[in-house]
Parts: sequence; C-alpha cells; structure tokens
Amino acid sequence: MATISSTGHSTGHTRRDFLYIATGAVGAVGAAAVLVPLVAQMNPDASTIAAGAPIEVDLGPIAEGQVIKVFWRGKPIFINHRTKKQIEEAENVNLASLPDPQPDSARVKPKHADFQVLIGICTHLGCIPIAHQGPYNGYFCPCHGSVYDTSGRIRSGPAPLNLALPPYEFVSDTRIRIG
Amino acid sequence: MSGHSTYQPQNAFMKWMEARLPIAGLVHSSFIAYPVPRNLNYWWTFGGILAFLLATQIVTGVVLAMHYTPHVDFAFISVESIMRDVNYGWLLRYVHANGASMFFLAAYIHMFRGMYYGSYKEPREVLWILGVILLLLMIMTGFMGYVLPWGQMSYWAAVVITNLFSAIPVVGESITQWLWGGFAVGNPTLNRFYALHYLLPFVIAGVVVLHIWALHVVGQNNPDGIEPRQDSDTVAFTPYATIKDGFFMAVFMIMFAWFVFYVPNFLGHPDNYIPANPSVTPTHIVPEWYYLPFYAILRAVPNKLGGVALLGGAIVILAFLPWLDRSKTRSARYRPRYRFFFWLFFICCVALGWLGSKPAEGIYVYAARAATAYYFLHFLVVLPLLGRYETPTQLPGSITEAVLKRGGTAAVIAFAVVLTGLVGLSSPSVAADADTPPKLKWSFSGPFGKFDRGQLQRGFKVYREVCQTCHGLSFVAFRNLADPGGPGFTLAQAAAVAAEYQVPADPDDQGEVKDRAARLADHFPAPFKNENQARARYNGVPPDLSVITKARGFDRGFPLFILDLFTAYQEQGADYLVALLTGYADPPKDQQAPPGTFYNKYFPGHFLAMPPPLTDGRIEYTDGTKPTADQLARDVTAFLAWAAEPHLEARKRLGFQVLIFLLVFAGLLYFTKKKVWKSVGAH
Repeated sequence: MATISSTGHSTGHTRRDFLYIATGAVGAVGAAAVLVPLVAQMNPDASTIAAGAPIEVDLGPIAEGQVIKVFWRGKPIFINHRTKKQIEEAENVNLASLPDPQPDSARVKPKHADFQVLIGICTHLGCIPIAHQGPYNGYFCPCHGSVYDTSGRIRSGPAPLNLALPPYEFVSDTRIRIG
Repeated sequence: MSGHSTYQPQNAFMKWMEARLPIAGLVHSSFIAYPVPRNLNYWWTFGGILAFLLATQIVTGVVLAMHYTPHVDFAFISVESIMRDVNYGWLLRYVHANGASMFFLAAYIHMFRGMYYGSYKEPREVLWILGVILLLLMIMTGFMGYVLPWGQMSYWAAVVITNLFSAIPVVGESITQWLWGGFAVGNPTLNRFYALHYLLPFVIAGVVVLHIWALHVVGQNNPDGIEPRQDSDTVAFTPYATIKDGFFMAVFMIMFAWFVFYVPNFLGHPDNYIPANPSVTPTHIVPEWYYLPFYAILRAVPNKLGGVALLGGAIVILAFLPWLDRSKTRSARYRPRYRFFFWLFFICCVALGWLGSKPAEGIYVYAARAATAYYFLHFLVVLPLLGRYETPTQLPGSITEAVLKRGGTAAVIAFAVVLTGLVGLSSPSVAADADTPPKLKWSFSGPFGKFDRGQLQRGFKVYREVCQTCHGLSFVAFRNLADPGGPGFTLAQAAAVAAEYQVPADPDDQGEVKDRAARLADHFPAPFKNENQARARYNGVPPDLSVITKARGFDRGFPLFILDLFTAYQEQGADYLVALLTGYADPPKDQQAPPGTFYNKYFPGHFLAMPPPLTDGRIEYTDGTKPTADQLARDVTAFLAWAAEPHLEARKRLGFQVLIFLLVFAGLLYFTKKKVWKSVGAH
C-alpha cells in the first residue's frame, strides 16, 4: 500500500490518509507482537533454568596437587587443590607483566588460597584447557595455544582474559556451593 | 493475462537490479498491477487465507521442531515440556494444532467455492488439478503431524492408516512393513513420519507456487463465471484485492484466535493426551474432523480392498471434475438445476463427516452407504447428465453489467452458518453406556476463568494424602507449585515440599545410585518403578494424573457441542473426574462386581479397580472449608486441571488482548476497504 507513505500534507486527504496510517500502524504493531513468542521460545526454558540451580561439592577427597572437574549449568568447573609452591608462584608475579593483571588473592576466597575454583573454558574461543600443562604448569589450551598459570591467568597466546570464576562460596572448610 | 510487466523502476539501483533480476517487476505484475475481476465476493479471499495459514504452519512448525524429540520414549514428554516449560510453547503448539484444522476448513471452503462457481472449467483445469494435488499433500502432512505427539490417537491413527496399504493384493504386507520400518508401528515409523512431516510443507509451498502461477496465466474465475472483456470489468490486485483479502483474513483470525485461546482442545480428542500404548486400542477411534467424510466412505464398504479403493477414489475423482462436468456455463448462479445438486452434494459431504464420527453400526452404516453412493453418483452420473439436459439462464453481457445489477453479498453470514455446520464433530471418548456426568461450575471455566488458589492448595493436599499412594504426577515439577497462575505457594514452601520426596541421585564415587532429597527442579516421582510392579501391587496400572483432566471427557452430543464452542466449555474432563470420584454405588441387582473391582455409575464399563478413594472428612482442611467427599473431589479435580494446563490463566489473558487487537484491526481494515473500493462502486 503505497498510500501509507504519504503523510497527509496534501490538503483534502487528511482523513483518508489518517485511516490508512492507523490501519498500517496497527498491522505493524501486530506483526511486531507476533515476533515476541517466536524469539522468546529460543531462550532457555523453565526446566533448563531450574536445572541450573546451585550444586555443592565436597573438597575433602581432593588430594594436594589434584585438579577435579565438575559440571554446573553445562560448564566444566575446575577445582584445583594447589600446593604451597604453586600458591607462592601465583602470588609472586609481577602484575605489570600480565595481559589481564589481577592479583592471585582476587581469584581465590580469603583464607582458602589452597583451593582455586575456575570455569574451565578458554576465554579465546571456548575450548577446555588441559590442567598441569604449559610453561607455568597451570593450564594449556590445545586448540590455539593459550597458556594460563596456576591462578588461571592468561600469560601468553591469543586468549584475551583470565579464566573466569564461577559464583561460589564456602559453606564449610571442606565444602563449597557453586552458583 | 499477466502479460508484459508495466513496472517502471524509479531509482538507479532498482533500474540496475531490474536489468539483472527482474524480481520487483515480477512482484509488481503478480501482486500489484495484476487485474482481478471486480465482482469477486468474500469466498475468493480464502486463497489468500490459505497462503497465510501455510506460512503460519511452517513458522510454528519449524519452531516446534526445535523442541520436539522424535523418539517413542520422549515424544509425548517433549510435547508436554513444550506445553509447560518452553517460553510461549503452549501458544505455539495450540496455534499449530488448531492451525491444521483452520487450514483444512479454509481449503474445503476454497474447494466448494470452486465447485459452486465452476472454477475448474476450461481454461482452469490444470489450476484445479494442482489444487487436488495440494489437498492430497495436505492430507498426508496432516496425518503424519497428528502421529508426532505419540498419544493413543496418534499411535492408532498410524496403525490404521498404514494398514490401508495392506489391502493391496500380493504386495500389501511388504508395503506396510516398508512404511513401518519394522513389523509394527514403532520408533522407525515415528522417525520417518517426523522427517516427512517437516519436508512435505515445503513441497506444498512449491506446488502453491505452481498453483498461483497457473492462476496468473488464466486469470481468476468470478461469481458470474464470465471472462473479463473490458477494463471496467477488472480492478488492480493492489489495493483492491489486497485490502479485501486483508480484511477477511482478520475476520478469519478472530475465529482462529477463539479456538487457540479459549477452546484449544475442542477439535482434539481426549485420548490423545494418553501416551501411546500398543497393547490397548481406544474403544472409539476416529480421525480428526477433516478426515471424517473419507473415513465414513472407508467404513461404508463391507470389503477391505473396496473400502480403501473408494477412499482413494473419493479424492482422485476430484481431479477428473473438469471433464465430468460437461456444462459450458461455469457459475451455479446461472445453472438452477446444478445449484440444487451442488447443495445436495454439500449436504452429503457434511453428512459423511457426521457419520464418520459415529460408531459404525446400525442405521449409521446404511446412511453412510447412501451418502457414499451419492458422492460418486454426483460426479459420475449427475454432472455428465446435467451438462447435456440443463438449460442455463441468461448470462449477463459483462462483469460490469452483472455488478451494476446486483448489490453486495451476505458472504459473512453464510460463512458463519457454514462454519457452525462444518467445524467440530467432536467424538466421545467415554463409552455411551455410562451415565452423563453433571455439568459443574468451575472458577477456571469460561474466557475469564481463573484458578482459585485456596482450592488448588486444598486439592494438592488431597492429592498428597490420597491419590499419590497409587498415581504419579510425573510432568509436574516441584518448582511449578510456585509458578504464577498456580496454587500460589512460595518458592520456600515448594522447596520444603520437594525435600519430603526422595529421587535417585547421580551415581556416587563408587558408582552406586542412592536416593537424595528432591529439589525444586525435580519432578514428582512415580509411586511405582514400572508397570509390572504397579500391576502386582494395585491389580492394574493407575494412570499418571498430570494431564488427566485433558485425557478424559465425554460426548456432549448435538447440539450441545456446538453451544460449547461459543461458551468455551472445556471442562468435560473435570466434570467427569468429580462424577467418577463420587459416583460409586451398589451394582444393579442383575450385575455382580468381578473380584477386586467396584461399581461406578460414570465409569465406562462400570467396574473399576480403584476403590472409592474419598469419604467425608478423610482430609482435614485448615482453611475452614468443610471436607465433604464432594468438596474433596472438586478440590483435587481443580488441582489436577491446573496440573494439566498450568498456563491456563496466561492463555486466557493473552487471548483477551489478542481478540481486542484483532477486533480493532478488522474494524480498521473494514473502513479502509470501504474507502478504497468507494471509487469502483459496489462490493
């Protein structure tokens, strides 16, 4: 309907033009409203959101130097029981030399520096890094060669950021709740 | 008629494009400048409506396919999760399911219009045959789509329809096994039906393109059945036909929306909310309403091959219509005798539809045979003879002359009449020998109905303290108890309820599966591990109650079921449930209850394994409601009605908004149409 585009400047046609514009506008609103359910249906559904509820992990069985993998919201979570040496190395780094400067203390919970909890997804393109590999004995991503230290900070390679931290808290000294 | 395009590109880019891919010119000549007879009535808007419905089915279908799982163990569950968990999933599924009915309704009106006005006659034979091919494709697509939810009706429709091919001599059995991919309908069948159900709509869309192409070569027929001879006989497609189609499409959508939002299960069968069970056939299986006439023809013949042959013949014969009707005059307006026989044929088709919904016994069989006989006689005898012996009345000299002589037609009223006649030959799912449950008042009935939170909470208490011992509620998750539109528990209360249940945990470090307390995300656990355990314990398999109020119902009969359409009465299942729970009595003197069963007035067959579950005061209510057996039955039924349709309130609320919108939109389109058509006079 080409008539819609004329906005009624020509005299004598205003009432008719108003009717055309109103009809076209209401039709456009309807068409836009139809898009709402068609777009919304692709968002996570109610069961997926509910299944992403917090999980609890018992840290007791994790030996010093061991990294375990658990899943939360379909993502691998690395829990690293770090050795004294690893903690020291992570703390004594010249922050200025890091691509994404962050002190180790900001990446663990206070008084729980021995447990490093990370989302095990490379910040480059989403692959899962391998633990205890690479020059810093932290994590190494086999896809495109990103190297992370034991604090999960990016040290070299194409990844732009440090490994992300999931929301979690200690419910006791040997138990955490993720999420 | 489409001739050479008169499209003149305005700017440099469009000129450049037109010289390379003249798509704008094609659109212009086909949908803007294309001349249409000025005397077309509203029956001609159904072509556009059908195109719109095809698009709706494809869009909602593609979306549903993103959430559906084509596997015998998950199909039913995935459909339920679409209804419950997917954002707007209930809306998309109800639009798709009712859209199929609307599609067939519009197609049948479109075809009857073609038959009334002789739109199949020279030079429109190919156009008509393409239409018959489209009908065949629709029938196949609709059937395979109906199988996908994998309910009882789905499963048995698949069994019965595929067995049609076993009627073919010699190779019949090999063909059915080939269709099934096994020795019975099973997972391979479901998988291939899913693939084909996704494919065929695009084939339909392709044939629609041919159909429109053929139409644009020969031009549209019109109510007077004479070709346009002068410029004043036609108007441009846009704006005249576009706005008229648009207006009536909006009117059609008002009806469509009524079905989707207020009576979404009116055209379906309660049995299809029972998961497929290959060991039990429903007592009364009928196809969807749009196949009923063909189904009646199938059953009218007391011979397997003969029935299948006539069923196929009833569709194939349509393709020969252009040559069976020998009259040179197209429109029934100028064929008084044909007009009579056309309406006889129409009544015959509606009668076949009604008979198809009835059990194949007694008088119904003879009536179906008579109607089947006329169906074929109409094509094979009446039409050829009419062409020879009928004297048509005087045709007008031109379309312009015909228009000036006559005013507009009351097509809208006629449409409404046809609609009430055609739509919704719903079927009984509870055998007729049981008493009819009384109609009760429910807070959630009608277009503005809402659940009574207090009643849902009381009903949940009844479920937990009585029903739960034997019946599962597997599609309901604990988190649902706190969902808006539900019983109105807080999340903390729902979590506390969940913690009282045990569900299997993930395997521990030793690989052992232990139980853990349920969480909000978990579903109500079943009271038995498997059906064999249930049989051993309860002398039968107590049905899961998640969708029970939609899985039960009873035949309201003519004319009540038509009334139900307008009053939006959807609570047959709830009424039946209350009647059943309170309908226990002593058996009549001449009948003896088999051991382990109890007599119930409303149960089909009367003897059921469930002992009377509710007695006065069996539950203690904390809100002061008197816990009579009748009150307990109503409360638990209301709770189960919510469990079966958790988004009922959202559906009715959105429905009201959509209807208001459509009424405003249709009104605006009507006045716009009047303005546009003012310059050409009538219609």
